[in-house]
Amino acid sequence: MSDPMSVDKDTVRRIAKLARIALDEGRVEPMAGELNGIMQWVQQLNEVDVDGIAPMTSVVAHKLRMRDDVVTEGGNADALMANAPDGEDHFFVVPKVVE
Amino acid sequence: MSDPTNFTLAQARDAVRAKKVSSVELTKAFIGAMEAARPLNAFVTETPERALEMAKASDARIAKGEGGALEGLPLAIKDLFCTKGVRTTAGGNILSNFVPPYEATVSQNLWDAGAVMLGKTNMDEFAMGSSNETSHFGPVINPWRAKGSNRDLVPGGSSGGSAAAVAADLCLAATGTDTGGSIRVPAAVTGTVGLKPTYGRCSRYGIVAFASSLDQAGPMTKTVRDAAILMRAMASVDPKDSTSVDMPVPDYEEGLEGSLKGLRVGIPREHRVNGLEEQTADPISMYLNDVFTVTVNLAGLPALALPAGVDLQGLPLGLQIIGRAFDEATVLRAGHGIERNARLNAKPAKWWRAA
Repeated sequence: MSDPMSVDKDTVRRIAKLARIALDEGRVEPMAGELNGIMQWVQQLNEVDVDGIAPMTSVVAHKLRMRDDVVTEGGNADALMANAPDGEDHFFVVPKVVE
Repeated sequence: MSDPTNFTLAQARDAVRAKKVSSVELTKAFIGAMEAARPLNAFVTETPERALEMAKASDARIAKGEGGALEGLPLAIKDLFCTKGVRTTAGGNILSNFVPPYEATVSQNLWDAGAVMLGKTNMDEFAMGSSNETSHFGPVINPWRAKGSNRDLVPGGSSGGSAAAVAADLCLAATGTDTGGSIRVPAAVTGTVGLKPTYGRCSRYGIVAFASSLDQAGPMTKTVRDAAILMRAMASVDPKDSTSVDMPVPDYEEGLEGSLKGLRVGIPREHRVNGLEEQTADPISMYLNDVFTVTVNLAGLPALALPAGVDLQGLPLGLQIIGRAFDEATVLRAGHGIERNARLNAKPAKWWRAA
């Protein structure tokens, strides 16, 4: 079966690079196979006939509540920064990730 | 006095209210049980000092004639609930130093009702698992062992630490969360009771998310009555979670006594699979169990797992009752009827105490 969503080795290398995951060259081919297996499994969902069935937005029918547009919580930046490994003037300091 | 760790939540509540046992006495007994059960690895973080402080405050309130629905009762909290000032890891290494600056609504509801926190329970990393073998803090060991065997068994997951802690009498009850079976699978394989309520019944605020449109918190207990008591205390409408539903929370315990006459129970044809009944507790069957538990998450329905006796090896078997949306009361009443008439609850031998 020809498969437009087939994952090749270049795609696996690219995904690994984007995800910052080190992948040994020897693992690339088996990983492509595993990903293709998952894709094929998910594609079985295409066989389900959903004609005339409304899309489900929530498991329980439920209307979202409205509330007044006012600040309900705030002024706790110190507490929110307490877990930051590095911070400056209530900003998180992180290593440069975008080149 | 008999060992208070054997109390059910309801028995402990009644004993504390009648001043037959103080919260400090009760809490000390559970701290001892928790420390003696470290081979089970049910807890990621023990909080004995905090527990004793909370117990003292409870005893002071009780002395003044005050106190909430869970006043002075020691509970364990799954490490997926953010607890203010107490490390919350979700079973993962990248959160191993995370100390939340806020409290989850469900756990806050419990503290507001007077409950005492014993510690945070181990779980599959980020709740992704059904066997509790994927925790960064090591696997949880099921308190149950097969007849004549010393082999360790998995406690199910992802709320396996909570289930093991309840089954081993390390707490009166515990909180769990259920995205695809994470309350009901561990309850089933540890011979305990677990209720996944209707989606929206409990606030998800402060619970580390797995799949936000499916996650629900629920009670893990020794009896159905205990699940009814804890469910009522956990549930609330919460402005901090837009999917928490604005509906009154009934007195589930009072509802247990209602009649079951005329109640019709169906068994899905798909659940009649050969060879499923006899075996539990290996990872493959855990994943198979997911097929039978995840359907109610997708439909948002309430479902109760409760003990259904033991198998040929003396290991617990579970039974699941699925109900209508927001009708936890009928599910609990049916479960209570089964529990009361069939008397299928059994307890594991406390082998870890001899170790």
